Amino acid sequence: MSYFRAENLSLHFGGLKAVDAVSFAVEKGEILSIIGPNGAGKSSIFNLISRIYNPTSGRIFFEDEDITEVPAYGIARLGIARTFQNIELFENATVLSNLLVGRHRHSATRLWQELLFLPGVRRAEKEHRRRVEHVIELLDLEPYRDKLISGLPYGVRKVIELARALCSEPKLILLDEPSSGLNVEETDGMSFWIRDMKSELGITVVMVEHDMSLVNRVSDRVIALNYGRVLAMGTPGEVQRHPDVIAAYLGA
Amino acid sequence: MRFLFKTDYEDDIRLLPHSGYLYSYGTLLVLLLIAPFVLSSYLMSQLVFVCIYATVGVALLILTGFTGQASLGHAAFLAIGAYTAVYLQQFNVPFPVYFIAAGLLTAIIGAIVGFPALRLQGIYLVIATISFAFIVEEILARWESVTHGNEGMRVKTLQMFGTAVPRDGPAFYFLCLAVLILIIVGTLNLLRSPTGRAFVAIRDSETAARSMGINVSLYKVKSFAISAGITGLAGCLFAHKLSFISPEMFTLQLSIEFIIVILIGGTFSLHGAVLGAIFIVMIDPFLTYLKDDVPGMVAGVAAALGAGGERAAHIESNVAALASANGLKGAIYGIIIVLFVLFEPLGLYGRWLKIKLFFQLFPLYKRATFKRQKIYVKSERNR
Repeated sequence: MSYFRAENLSLHFGGLKAVDAVSFAVEKGEILSIIGPNGAGKSSIFNLISRIYNPTSGRIFFEDEDITEVPAYGIARLGIARTFQNIELFENATVLSNLLVGRHRHSATRLWQELLFLPGVRRAEKEHRRRVEHVIELLDLEPYRDKLISGLPYGVRKVIELARALCSEPKLILLDEPSSGLNVEETDGMSFWIRDMKSELGITVVMVEHDMSLVNRVSDRVIALNYGRVLAMGTPGEVQRHPDVIAAYLGA
Repeated sequence: MRFLFKTDYEDDIRLLPHSGYLYSYGTLLVLLLIAPFVLSSYLMSQLVFVCIYATVGVALLILTGFTGQASLGHAAFLAIGAYTAVYLQQFNVPFPVYFIAAGLLTAIIGAIVGFPALRLQGIYLVIATISFAFIVEEILARWESVTHGNEGMRVKTLQMFGTAVPRDGPAFYFLCLAVLILIIVGTLNLLRSPTGRAFVAIRDSETAARSMGINVSLYKVKSFAISAGITGLAGCLFAHKLSFISPEMFTLQLSIEFIIVILIGGTFSLHGAVLGAIFIVMIDPFLTYLKDDVPGMVAGVAAALGAGGERAAHIESNVAALASANGLKGAIYGIIIVLFVLFEPLGLYGRWLKIKLFFQLFPLYKRATFKRQKIYVKSERNR
């Protein structure tokens, strides 16, 4: 049984088939990239997995559990974190508190305990901060710890979003275009971090990406989509040589 | 300028980041404690109102400032707290019990109001809360067996531990001050723990909050309940301070006053609630001054500029008519809101921070430090 599985996943908006009977599986500890032209349904698949959209039909399984009916906030509790294509950070909060929100799925304190800030809450807070500090160190975010998001440049925000997802200590992470808007060096850094996530933190990665050099460097397998359908699946080389993929990108 | 060198996670958690805060807040507390023995009874009464308004301001900040859910219904929550307290007082229920009961009942009603609010955003939420406030006002006027309708209800003197606490004595002031301080400390505790961060997350991006495992609906309802509950507690004190309550005291205008409290004080920090409360409480004496003195002064100036006696008297009566015109208060409130939103969106506390930073960095202060920049457009489609 696969670690993560989507079966016949469909998302229709009226007559538009954004995602059409897509099935794929992800093995534990692998990096899977989803590629495809604009409007192919890549981000829609992510939004289906993280339950922002409800699938028209199809089922999603994670660790052999059907998660199709789990509410959006429950997905993160299961250990699936994500980033967004157009960064969705908490603008008017500091980097540190953004990252601490990532720890939300691990917080177990009750409202009345928090109102009184009992010793238990204080202990839990310190533990959260200790974990967050590890991520800050891993992604070199020390200079920005106490800065407001609204004053930070795009590239840094991109990394902070990744950091926030990592703070939740996910088992599976969904990266929506991790390199968009980054320059060559930043993309390089990103590719190292993605590989570190897999090898050092043991996180399974699914990412949507346009930058083929990044895809080639990090992915174990690639899925190519067009018009909501799977065109090809396999190693990066196989997919790039597939005639349907070439046709979709270059026009036939 | 002081640089904090953080060596412990505790440095990020503690309420007073360094000893300087201890001295300044300690001084403020001492001043507040000796105030009743120094200030006139009029100023003391104003100070009690500042405490009550600031309590409501903190409540509204939790909901509007930190969770991002606007409300124009807080006068109704205040009314529910006030009427609950006065109703229970008739049956000789002791003060601590009906005080807590006022808070709890209002919190429950706040949670119920929160449920329909889950599907509403922005201006629609404001409309929903206004309608809620009108419904409450109408119920208070019609449910005569409990509320005595438009006749209103007389509030008996507060009895605590067998002694009377008159509404204009120092003991009542200390009670209001203690409630305010406890609420502020509780709110600060909340804001530095997961619940507070969840509120801020919901304010800034619901989609991201959801995908980080925050149950957005639950936290919105929690925010409504906490905010309403605190307002209910303030309502109980409000009723005692006024010693008489009737439905027409809890109108839309009062809700707008509460919004002004946080808009003018600053919506990003609890300091804003206190500063805004001071501002709104001082508007009334200012308007009285406007009515009493300004017409005479204008006439005096006109006379000095060469206007004849009859003409000066004419000007005086015109200005007096203007100063005591109906709706002048509403107009002034409106102008104040517009001016603050346009020119000082961070409120009085924001202005204070700017002044502080100006002196700390002198002469290197940059005006752009507090400018919010938006460098890309957020996607609205996932809302």
